[in-house]
Formats: sequence, structure tokens, C-alpha cells
Amino acid sequence: MAAGVATWLPFARAAAVGWLPLAKKTMPKPPVDNSSRSDEILYVNVSGVRFQTWKNTLDRYPDTLLGSSEKEFFYNEDTQEYFFDRDPEMFRHILNFYRTGKLHYPRHECIQAFDEELAFYGIVPEIIGDCCMEEYRDRKKENQERLAEDTEANEAMDAPLPPHSTSRERLWRAFENPHTSTMALVFYYVTGFFIAVSVIANVVETVPCRPPKGSVKELPCGEKYQLAFFCMDTACVLIFTFEYLMRLFAAPSRCKFMRSVMSVIDVVAIMPYYIGLVMPENEDVSGAFVTLRVFRVFRIFKFSRHSQGLRILGYTLKSCASELGFLLFSLTMAIIIFATVMFYAEKGTKGSTFTSIPASFWYTIVTMTTLGYGDMVPNTIAGKIFGSICSLSGVLVIALPVPVIVSNFSRIYHQNQRADKMRAQQKVRLARIRMAKKGTTNAFLQYKEDRDRDSDSTALCVKNKSAFEHQHHHLLHCLEKTTNHEFTDEMTYSELCMTESVGFRTSRSTSLSSQQGAQNNSTGCCPRRARRRAAMRLANSTVSVSRGSVQELDTLHVKTTSIPPQTRSSLNAQADDLKLNCGEQDFTAAIISIPTPPANTPDESLPPSPAPIPGILRNTRATAYTHDTVKISSL
Amino acid sequence: GKDPNPGGQTEGSKWQKPRLSRKSLMKCCLVKWIIASTTQQGPEWDSSDSDLELSMVRHQPEGLEQLQAQTQFTRKELQSLYRGFKNECPSGLVDEETFKTIYSQFFPQGDATTYAHFLFNAFDMDRNGSIRFEDFVLGLSVLLRGSVTEKLRWAFNLYDINKDGYITKEEMLAIMTSIYDMMGRYTLPSVRDDSPFEHVEKFFQKMDRNRDGVVTIDEFIETCQKDENIMASMQLFENVI
Repeated sequence: MAAGVATWLPFARAAAVGWLPLAKKTMPKPPVDNSSRSDEILYVNVSGVRFQTWKNTLDRYPDTLLGSSEKEFFYNEDTQEYFFDRDPEMFRHILNFYRTGKLHYPRHECIQAFDEELAFYGIVPEIIGDCCMEEYRDRKKENQERLAEDTEANEAMDAPLPPHSTSRERLWRAFENPHTSTMALVFYYVTGFFIAVSVIANVVETVPCRPPKGSVKELPCGEKYQLAFFCMDTACVLIFTFEYLMRLFAAPSRCKFMRSVMSVIDVVAIMPYYIGLVMPENEDVSGAFVTLRVFRVFRIFKFSRHSQGLRILGYTLKSCASELGFLLFSLTMAIIIFATVMFYAEKGTKGSTFTSIPASFWYTIVTMTTLGYGDMVPNTIAGKIFGSICSLSGVLVIALPVPVIVSNFSRIYHQNQRADKMRAQQKVRLARIRMAKKGTTNAFLQYKEDRDRDSDSTALCVKNKSAFEHQHHHLLHCLEKTTNHEFTDEMTYSELCMTESVGFRTSRSTSLSSQQGAQNNSTGCCPRRARRRAAMRLANSTVSVSRGSVQELDTLHVKTTSIPPQTRSSLNAQADDLKLNCGEQDFTAAIISIPTPPANTPDESLPPSPAPIPGILRNTRATAYTHDTVKISSL
Repeated sequence: GKDPNPGGQTEGSKWQKPRLSRKSLMKCCLVKWIIASTTQQGPEWDSSDSDLELSMVRHQPEGLEQLQAQTQFTRKELQSLYRGFKNECPSGLVDEETFKTIYSQFFPQGDATTYAHFLFNAFDMDRNGSIRFEDFVLGLSVLLRGSVTEKLRWAFNLYDINKDGYITKEEMLAIMTSIYDMMGRYTLPSVRDDSPFEHVEKFFQKMDRNRDGVVTIDEFIETCQKDENIMASMQLFENVI
């Protein structure tokens, strides 16, 4: 409590006068305090809301923005106040911290906004008072988890395969994300079908069928159609074995894969069949063989790869292990206690079913779970009394851990729902990003058209572009001049790509993201157009934008090659030496990119502009540009 | 009649079977609890209510002008002092526990509670168990703006625990022990058990002129005025506020 200590220190120092007559040695000199004693009122203007406070109040915490000389940077001479262009609502809490020494977390505020404000004012969040600390910690953890799993989901799901991926990696990916390729999807459904077939076969083969001709006794279907069932079983096991081996081959870490739950289930599902094959037709071991057939029912767990709900259930049970353990333990205790009591209570009666304490266990379990089969019933009065206590306590003991498990399940289920929603929204986001990219580049190309046409770079007032756009276009123009190449758009490039499908030389890529470089062969060009992700192909420029350090915003990758400078008109002509890098390119829009790349890469901030593509070859012109006011991000 | 104590006070005598008389019954805790919970909540209700009231009692200090007259502080100083005081103690009163907590914050290594207790009594001049703003400010005025004699008088008042006008060896020993307690364990050289006692002896040798085993206020002031170290150090704390 820095404020309190600061206030009382002068008092404690004054009280030191009491030691003076007793002092053995002379007292040291007091420190010189040069600061002005008089307290003054400071005015702090936060986005128009004026706060006033004593200077001493702010000086209590000298390592924060307001308590140090850093606030002088925000001093406005004209109005004689400190002006901060921040949220006044949040500032209220910040200022209260200075006044009372306790920082409170406003529950209705977004945790990230609050953190940002704290970071701005130089206050560490650790000093949040105890009253609000728990809430703050919980919200922060929740937010972090959410962000982590969102980025994880993004990366995991839609990350494109690195081009050097071996067939093994592709296979593994196909197994893990079935919707990435049609083959994987087919396989997924086929295995699902066979799992179902296998399970149904297991079930049906025990149903009694009509007895075969010449016999009276009813047989289970399994024995009547033994061959048919055997064939079906064999087919299923073959498929499962094949799947298991493929997974084992494709797994990045075989040991880890073999230890995973799903793999164990797979093994357990197919082992009984093989053991049954190997085992001789011996009477002694047939009992064991029968037991093994029970394990075939584990095949039903293979469905958990296909059903998210099952996985969630399994995960919930795993995370509630302690509650389940508690439930089990308390139940066991109660069972033993009540079984003992019931046994001794019913000991005397003739013909009592409570023959021993373990025999009473069955009664206790049936009673506590309120099943009440009635096969064991107490006859004595004491027995009945204890029996009723037993059933009452059973309800209580079971009802206690269940809500915990339920709430865990609900939380995990909603988390998964959220992940699915995010994935669906990703598609919409990507579509918007593509539009934004197109819009920006078109704006620049339009600017170039005007420029070339008018041959006067300043006569651009026809379109009401903002100063920002002007400067941005000038910047891109500078880059073109630097590299001696020109920007163009998707249509032009793709058309060129198509016409140049024959006689490509291996494209020499000056790109800096060399991962996409060397392997890109000419044949890869047009088939790749079928890829869903927008590939903006630009001819005519060596501009290549490497991946800037943009967090959570996509960057525009423009892959280009070294092409001799060409004017736009020559694009129409078939250029034999046109090397186009039609390799696999991934383009994403750069909304804000922080420049980390070397010289010849531009930073593109794309103000979206919903204009139709001014196809250069078509020479159309967009008639009106309506600029959105959104400059930075349309995400 | 005579009821035997169920607790069996008599040692050595035969254990007497406790008789169920009314008195012994009333002593049983269970009985007390039953009676307490079933009777009207009259007296408990009032006491809890009055507790509530006490915490809401607010002490208003005397007016600024009066305090200005009584102390040596300027108006602005008084205002600043009161703002700080009121911020820390919104109710306007500092009780002994709070005082001990506050004072202990400055001496984290040792145990300052005993000395804080003596200090509290020195400030709490009207002995009502809490320091009001007036006591606070009057004390500070003496310590920071008072004359040397006033300061010495204040110190004497601090040492004289029972405020009878004499400092005895026991009182001085208590004060000295509490001061040494504030040092804590980790000192160089370490505090020996008889260090306070030695210090008290030295003090009495210096102060007790007539060797009667007590120090009076006049002896104290006279001796201190003759000691130039003490006189010099009295000026040290002028600029605290």
C-alpha cells in the first residue's frame, strides 16, 4: 500500500524525536528534499473528459506514466493541461488507483482493452486488488486459451502443405483431415461404413434364426450362416488392418502413434480375429476364444474418429478424472458400510438372502442407485430402517459429483462449437480479403492508367482519392521505378499464363521466399488455378513480397519473376521469352505489414475499393470510384 | 444445597457423582446454547446493531481556524495533512491496531508493535483508545514546530508509561526493550539480552541526578539541555513536513 506508507512516513519520522535523548551516537543528517512542498492541482484531459487531481496523488507511483516526467510529453501548453487521446472510462479506474492505492478491474470491460490501457499508463497488472484479481486472472486465461486455440485451429486446418511434403506427410494429413482431399474423404466414409457393418454383424449373429431344415432347435444366426459371417468379418478386419498399417506408416512419430488411444483401440479391435485364426480348435482354449470375441465390440470405439461428440465425451471424462475418482471412492466407502450393517441386521432371520457381506454388496449397490430389483429384501425392522437410510444416502452421494462433470462437458462442448464456427467464418473472411486485395490493386492500376494517359502524374483529381491513397500509389510507383518492372493484375497474368502453357522455361524466381521457388515448374501453372485459394498472379514485375511479420493478418504474396521491362501494350503480343512464374503461389492480402524484407519489396496497405477489375487487355474503365472509409482492414 | 463441581476440583478426594442440580445444569454448554438460541434475540440484536453503529460513527475534527490557533502549522499544511489523514482513515479515527500495523510497515525486520503501543499512548492524549486528527496534528506540531523544551517534554511523556511524572527503571527498560525489538534479529553486532538493560543503566547514570532511582521531568530537561549532541539533533526533523 504505497499510498498509505507515503502518507504516514512523515509522521514516523517526526516520532523519531522520541529516540533522540536515548541515542548512543549522533544522528545522521536528514536527506535534502528539494521538491516543491506546495501541492497543486493538475488537469488531465482524456478525450474531452477533464480530470483534476493533486500532483501528490500522481507522484505516489513514480514508475508509472502519470507519476513520472513521461507525462510531460502529453502536456498541452495552450490549454495548460495534460491531454491523452484514450478511453476516459478506463482512465477513471486508472486514476482511482492513484487515489486509493487499489486497482480494480471493471467486469464489463474487455480484458484486452483493459490490458492495453494498463500497458499504456505503465501500470503492472499484478497490483490489481484482491477483490478483482481472481476475476481478472480468469478472464485473462480464458482469453488466452481462446486465442491459442483459434490460431491453432487456423494453422492446423487450413495450413497449406509445404511443397516438399513427402507422400508420407500427405498421407498422414489425409488421415487426420479427411476433408482436404476427395480420396481421404472416400476412405473416411468407407471405413466408417465398415465399422458399422462390423458392429451390426456382431450384434446380429447372436440373434436366434429360424432353425435349418431338418432340425428343431433354434440356432443363433451366427452359427446358421457361419460362412457368411466369417467372410464379412474377414473383410472388415482386412480393411481395418490395412487402415492401421497405413496410419502406422504415415505417422510422423511411430512410437507416439502406437501409444495413442485410437491406435490401441484399433489394435484391440482386430487382434481377436488374428488370434482366433492362429488358435487351434481346442476345447480348452475355446473359452478364452469366446472371451476374445468380446473385444470385437471395441470396434465401436473406432467411431470416435468420425464423431466429434464421442471425442468430447472421452475428453470430458478424462478431465473429470478426479471427480469420478471421488465418486467411486465415496461410493465404495458407503457400499462397504451399508453392506456390513445390513448383513448384521439381517443375520438372524431364517432364509435371509443376506448370506455374507459381499453378498450384501449387491443389495447396497442396487439400493443406492435406486434400482431396487427386489431380489434381496430386508425383513427385519432394523434392516428396513438401514435400507431406507441407504437409499437416501445413495441419491446424495451420486448427485454430488455429477454437476461438475456436466459443467465440464458443457464447457468443452461449447469450445468445440466455437472452433467450428471460427472455421466456417474463416471462409467468409477469406472471401472478403480476396475482394479487398483485388480492389486495392485495381486502384493502383487505375492510377497508372490515368498517369500514362495524361502523362501528368499530378492530374489525378478526377477521382477523389485521399491523401493516403495518393501517397500510397506514389510509393508503389517508386517501387516500380526502382525495380524497373510494373504491376499488373490477375486477369492479365492468368491469361498470359494460359497462352504460355507451352514452352515454359523453368522460371527463375527472384523471390525471397525460396520455399516456393525452385520446385515450381511450368506444368504446375494452370492446374493450380483450380485451387480454391485465390492466386493472384502478376506478370511483369519482380516484385515479391515476402512474408512480413504480420500477426493474424494475412500478407500479400506477390510472386514474380525477372522479366524484361515491358509496356502494357506488349502484353498483348505473345512474348516467347516471357518467363512466368506460374508456380504454386499463395497470395493473401496484406492489410498492415511491417517491413522486414529486403530492398525490393513493397509494403502494401490495402484500402479496399469495390471497383470492378479494370482488365488491362479489355481497356475498360471504372466509371466511379466510391471509396470506403475503411482504410486499414476489412477483416 | 451444595452442588458438587462437575469438573472435580477437589484433588485426592473421592470422585463424586455429579448431581443434576439446577446450577450444574446451567453450567453445561449445551444447555446454555439451547437457551441462547431459543430466547428472544434481544440483547444480541442490540449489541450487533450497536457494533454497526460504532463503525459508522464519523469523527469530525475541529475547525481549521481552531487547529491553526492550537498548532504551529500553516493553513495549507493543515489542509494537506488532513487530506492524507482522511484518505487513510475515512472514519477520522485511528485505533491502536491500525496504528500498530501502520508503524510496523516502516520496520519490517523487527517487531515494532510494543513501541507502537507506547507511541500510541503518547499521541492519544485523552486516553480514549483512538487517535483523532487533533491529537495527531497536535503531536506533530510539537515534534516538528515546537521548541526544544516542548520536544523534550514530549519525549518524557513518551517514556513515562503510567504518566505519573516519574520515569522508573522498569518503564525505561520496557521502552528500551521495545526499541531494541524493532531492530530484529539480524544486526551487527547482534543484540545481546542485556543490551537494553545496559542502555538503561547508562541513561539513568546520566539523567538521574539525585540517584533516587527515578528521573523527573526537570532532571530530564536539565540534563538534555546540557548535552550538546542531543540539542543538535533536535533540529534534525524540522523539515519533515
